[in-house]
Amino acid sequence: MKQYDAIIIGAGHNGLTNAAYLAKAGLDVVVVEKNEYIGGAAVSRELHSGFTYSSFSYVCSMMRQTIHRDLNLTRHGLLLVPYLGTVNFGDDGRTLVSYHSKEVAYNQLRRHSPHDADSMFRFQTDLTRYAQLIRKTLLRTPPDPTSFRPRDIREMLFLAKEFWALGEKELYEYIRFFTISAAEFLDDYFEDDLIKAAMASPGIIGTALGVYSPGSAYILLHHVMGDVDGNIGAWGLARGGMGAISNAIAGACQEHGGEIRTNAGVKQILVRDGKAVGVTLENGDELRAGIVVSNLDAKRTFTQIMDKNDLPPGIYDKAKNFKIRGSSGKVNIALSGLPKFTGVPDNRYIDRGGQGFVGSLETMERAYDCWKHGRWSDNPFIESVIPSAWDPTVAPPGKHWMSNFIQYCPSKLADGPWTPEKRDRFGQTVIDKIERYSPGFKDLIVHMEVLTPHEIEAGVGLTEGNIFQGELTIDQLLFNRPFPGYAQYRMPIKNMYMCGSSTHPGGGVSCACGANAAREILRDLKLPNTVPKDDCYDE
Amino acid sequence: MNTEDRWAGERLKETHFHPRQAVLNLRDAWSSWNGYKFADYYYDAEYEYFCVRNSCGTYDICPMQKYDVSGPDAEAMLNRMVTRNIANMMENRVTYVCWCTDEGRLIDDGTIFKLGPEKFMLTCGSPCLGWLKKSAFGFDDVTFTDMSDGIAALSIQGPTSCEVLKKLGLEGIETAKPYDIMHFPFHGSSGDTLMVSRTGFTGDLGYELWIAPELALDLWDALYASGEDYGIQPYGEAATNMARLEAGFIMPEMEFNEALKTVHFQHDQTPFELNLGWLVDFKKPHFNGRRALLQERDKGPEYTLTKLDIEGNKPAEKAYLYSNKRCTRKIGYITSAMWSPVVKANIALAMIKTEYLQGDIWAEIYYEKELRQTSKVAKCTIRKKPFWTPARARATPPHAY
Amino acid sequence: MKNFDTIIIGAGHNGLICAAYLALGGQRVLVLEAADTLGGLAATREFYPGFKTSIAHSVSQFSTKIVRDLDLKAHGFKLGKALATVGLGDAGDHVIVQQGAVSGVSPDDASAYADYRQLLRRFADVLKPVWLKTMPRIGNNNLSEILTFARIGLKLRLLGKDDMGEFLRVAALPARDLMDENFDSDLLKAVLSWDGLIGSKMAPRSPNHTVLTMLYRMSGEYDGDHAIPAGGIGGLITALYSSAKDAGAEIRTGAKVGRILIEANAAGLTATGVELVDDEQIMADRVVSSADPQRTFLELVGTQNLEIEFSNRIRRLRCDGYVAKLHLALDGLPEFSGLERSDGRMIIAPDLDAIEFAFDDAKYGESSERPVMEIVIPSLHDPSLAPAGKHVLSAHIMYVPYRLKGGWTDEAREALCERIIGTIEHYAPGIREQIVHRELLTPLDLEQICNVTGGHWHHTEFALDQMLMMRPTYEAAQYSTPLSGLYLCGAGCHPGGGLMGGPGHNAAHEILK
Repeated sequence: MKQYDAIIIGAGHNGLTNAAYLAKAGLDVVVVEKNEYIGGAAVSRELHSGFTYSSFSYVCSMMRQTIHRDLNLTRHGLLLVPYLGTVNFGDDGRTLVSYHSKEVAYNQLRRHSPHDADSMFRFQTDLTRYAQLIRKTLLRTPPDPTSFRPRDIREMLFLAKEFWALGEKELYEYIRFFTISAAEFLDDYFEDDLIKAAMASPGIIGTALGVYSPGSAYILLHHVMGDVDGNIGAWGLARGGMGAISNAIAGACQEHGGEIRTNAGVKQILVRDGKAVGVTLENGDELRAGIVVSNLDAKRTFTQIMDKNDLPPGIYDKAKNFKIRGSSGKVNIALSGLPKFTGVPDNRYIDRGGQGFVGSLETMERAYDCWKHGRWSDNPFIESVIPSAWDPTVAPPGKHWMSNFIQYCPSKLADGPWTPEKRDRFGQTVIDKIERYSPGFKDLIVHMEVLTPHEIEAGVGLTEGNIFQGELTIDQLLFNRPFPGYAQYRMPIKNMYMCGSSTHPGGGVSCACGANAAREILRDLKLPNTVPKDDCYDE
Repeated sequence: MNTEDRWAGERLKETHFHPRQAVLNLRDAWSSWNGYKFADYYYDAEYEYFCVRNSCGTYDICPMQKYDVSGPDAEAMLNRMVTRNIANMMENRVTYVCWCTDEGRLIDDGTIFKLGPEKFMLTCGSPCLGWLKKSAFGFDDVTFTDMSDGIAALSIQGPTSCEVLKKLGLEGIETAKPYDIMHFPFHGSSGDTLMVSRTGFTGDLGYELWIAPELALDLWDALYASGEDYGIQPYGEAATNMARLEAGFIMPEMEFNEALKTVHFQHDQTPFELNLGWLVDFKKPHFNGRRALLQERDKGPEYTLTKLDIEGNKPAEKAYLYSNKRCTRKIGYITSAMWSPVVKANIALAMIKTEYLQGDIWAEIYYEKELRQTSKVAKCTIRKKPFWTPARARATPPHAY
Repeated sequence: MKNFDTIIIGAGHNGLICAAYLALGGQRVLVLEAADTLGGLAATREFYPGFKTSIAHSVSQFSTKIVRDLDLKAHGFKLGKALATVGLGDAGDHVIVQQGAVSGVSPDDASAYADYRQLLRRFADVLKPVWLKTMPRIGNNNLSEILTFARIGLKLRLLGKDDMGEFLRVAALPARDLMDENFDSDLLKAVLSWDGLIGSKMAPRSPNHTVLTMLYRMSGEYDGDHAIPAGGIGGLITALYSSAKDAGAEIRTGAKVGRILIEANAAGLTATGVELVDDEQIMADRVVSSADPQRTFLELVGTQNLEIEFSNRIRRLRCDGYVAKLHLALDGLPEFSGLERSDGRMIIAPDLDAIEFAFDDAKYGESSERPVMEIVIPSLHDPSLAPAGKHVLSAHIMYVPYRLKGGWTDEAREALCERIIGTIEHYAPGIREQIVHRELLTPLDLEQICNVTGGHWHHTEFALDQMLMMRPTYEAAQYSTPLSGLYLCGAGCHPGGGLMGGPGHNAAHEILK
């Protein structure tokens, strides 16, 4: 039996990043993946002839450029391009186009509300300020506030210093921002409901909170604090789909000697004498290693692939109580042509952006209410993008695929378990809504892939289909992520680590969790650190 | 806007004078301002600059923000917002003002036109409707309307400007004192359709004309007909920037960061830092930022905006300033710099730590000589007065050109 | 012609406490109350001939330090026995929480409750040193302020590593998650989260604020138990009045302040006195307002005297109340099915979803289809509140919006009242026949009766972003305000609302410094 230095469970972007950095440090690593494909939720597959869907995650902005550069991901085939704004559709028939040029965008907002057009400058300034502070923590290990170790104290002081540098007023504003709802935050800037709805929509994506729920302002930030080439808030598409990111990281990992095994689902993490020593695969194989790293979410890790008896007291309950709520669905559609939307200028720049079917704040909130009742709304919030409008590699010439992300879709229905029939009805709800804004849309449909939380969990193992591997609320952020006392990637079992989005800094295709975990592992092994310092945030 | 144009949404707006200016913009040198297409220069920036100093030029201020502030509470609301006392303003007068955050950081500067006992017009470079709305909270009887697109405004600046306006038939325009407003009939209309203020951003004799958009092109044509023999010429942003620097006027994103658009703590400025202490009136009723500004005045600003005359002829753009020739102690930085064609001097505005204003000031200037980067250290002398202050700018009636 | 050192606006409990301390400190104090009775939200009102009650109907955290300092016992204050908290079950299967134990639930839940209570008490203990202290501004702090921070830090550390970590997690948790983590019984969950929700615009699923509110209510000296003082809530006010009076404070009722007089000088603006609505002017060295922040600043001071961002920060405070009050005059003691004694605090909220969905209606400006509520029968504790043999029922109803879509018409009131009584009837069949008179006070009514903006119990929402050194805003969180000579001492200041007395106590200490 081969003895590895490290086994990484799950070949998602964080697992691959983690493996790449460990391999770079000279460790003999293997990544085991239950699916026949790698990438986890950052995957692109040809599911219909000629159409390559990025079934789960579909755009990217959290990706740390420092890692992109450091792992030479461009050489491994990655090309990230910012896409051009979004058209937001209101229930009242109005549209709000977020044009790429600041001046033109200003004119567009002015059409809806001169006041809000002006306020947008202040809004962006404030959001940038908030984002800058968080961005500095992304590639750092959160401090343990209960510890007196010099390193934790140093890190606490770093946070305090950065916080302090905001100045008194902004410091208080920041605390407020962190705790309030997206809607309340936006009330301070905007009057127009469509503008508010468009700005609030990032605050609910992927979360079991509504636009009026306290805490959703932070989620909003989480979605706009990324950047493409330093433009904070910009979103990018990967050429070839999100899978290109995973493939590039896998390339880097393999270049450093890392091994990746697909169709190798882990049945259990093996623990001997309180130490993780390897894993048993579903096919019965046993792999041994000095270190086991789980890229699965915290709940799945501790409640599915570990023996409760191997865990110290309390951990199982913490994992069980870990908030990881399924609230999103995804509908991927192959189209025989580019859909046209009512009320939107017919030009190729706008085609290269996304669509936000936001409706209004109340529409979004009522969709959340439906979720609480265990059903989906007839008028859900949909965020769409047509990657093929820009990327020639993901659909045949003249044909397109459209990614539709739906908030909310419950993981547990009030009227019993998900069935294929209910799933199809959910898909129907989505295309019905799009059809309202794009007459003739349904006639363009060549193929559809409908993913409810149930399918997301079954497909890529995210518990309840939660895209962040755990809610992004204060009780599960920074040193509380995934649980207090275990935020530094080390888990309660010796030689066991976590590197998924259940750890700081949380969800999003950022590669940061994997890189941070690698840094901590190498530190414990007393090996030279291969993970770069984030040098891309002096802004 | 042309509804046939499928790209319409992608384009900048055109100002009310655009049809005429587009014809004259032979270099197609456009930039943008507040969503409008806006000339950087028309033919040659330096030529246009000299027209302003030698004959006259017109500058399109349609993109400038214009707000009508009216109602019984208008004066109290504005007076609480700006640092200068506007309570004693006469009707048909203009005053230069600035306004600050609670912390006394400059949000923007602009002008207030008093058009009636309860009617004011506020103009400024950047949109400020958000701040106006916040400022108006608690003042029930005030309305503000964004007039930016609804008024055509054209600045005419330079020594022959008064003569051109006389020729245009504006009787008595020579009696307008600086910051006066006058109203005239125009184009055969019976009412006072044309408003003229003796204001500008060049430090020279000049006026600003305000008229309804539908009369904009008529005004342009009449003005250019009258100015034909007086060297009238449109000028763009480049020439304006030269003229305003000679006059010592500040520009956002050059001398100051608008406080509401500043990300980093105190990377914005106070009026005292910008040498605008004279705009802050501690004797007036309560105004925003008073507490902080009082502290700032008593303690003295950390930096002071300073006019510099720099040896040599290389503009000191973006240069660091030092207190010694060896350049070991940084004391500030240049905000704007140019070779001044009228005073034949190498001039600049700079933010310098107040405590170093008494000592030597050296600028480390980088410049290019046929692609090779070179640098030199140049001595700087502080100038108290604006670099360009012709008597005609203030005389009433203006001197003959 | 200054007659007073200090004028206090409002004779609610905080105003009276502040007055008593200042008078004891040797100041000449005048308290001005707009209403004809003292007490504000704690005032005892006769709502029907012979039937009396107050808006607030129990006390859970009134500071024992204040009781000692002001010698309230000598003035007749006596706290009654802790009330049982009863979750009314659909079929008489009630859950009763009393004296640190719970009955009517599974043994697992009962033992979980013991642990839970222990843990929350430890957490509440961490916050204890905070409440009766002025929270310093973050900035150039002096030694005693740094000590305040240090004391909290130390308390946190003393929890031990695990508890401290857990505290930092739990403090921001929604009530629902805390309940789901600990208990199985739906009714128990609803009952226990009640104190984290009532009075605010928050539902069980709202993160960041609800558990904190619970901890706040637990951090009084009674571990969160509710009680009714001798003489009802009015008894507390009477004692405070008597104490303040004895100390030399002058107290005037029916004296509504129209504005705070402000004088400008070279240094800025100074509050010099007040003008009553009848134009009488009274001058003093300082003015202390126990009115809510919006009323104090936006109405009494006026925005023209304030900074722009400050006044907008005051404006955006969440001040809309979501609790209505139902008063029933009954000609007998109502009988709740399966309940032996109805002298507790009875909560009608079958589960957390019921509370959540009641909230969902209110957030769109509708009054809840199925309201949830807390019922007390004060006349069981103080017979003077009703004629012999008759009773008063007092209920807090959630969620009832201050701004109702379509406005608070008579029909809207009546419909809501019917829904509430219908709900109560479900648990107390026959009560309808006992009703002699009923009165429903919406938040809008509370605003008018008690002069509290939005009718909000706590003057402004008690939430993370509006507490400690951010209550009501950072510029006015140390009881002084941007205007010299003007202070705050109401529930809109740290530590906040509820019958605790912290703001009045802390403000007086700041002033006497």
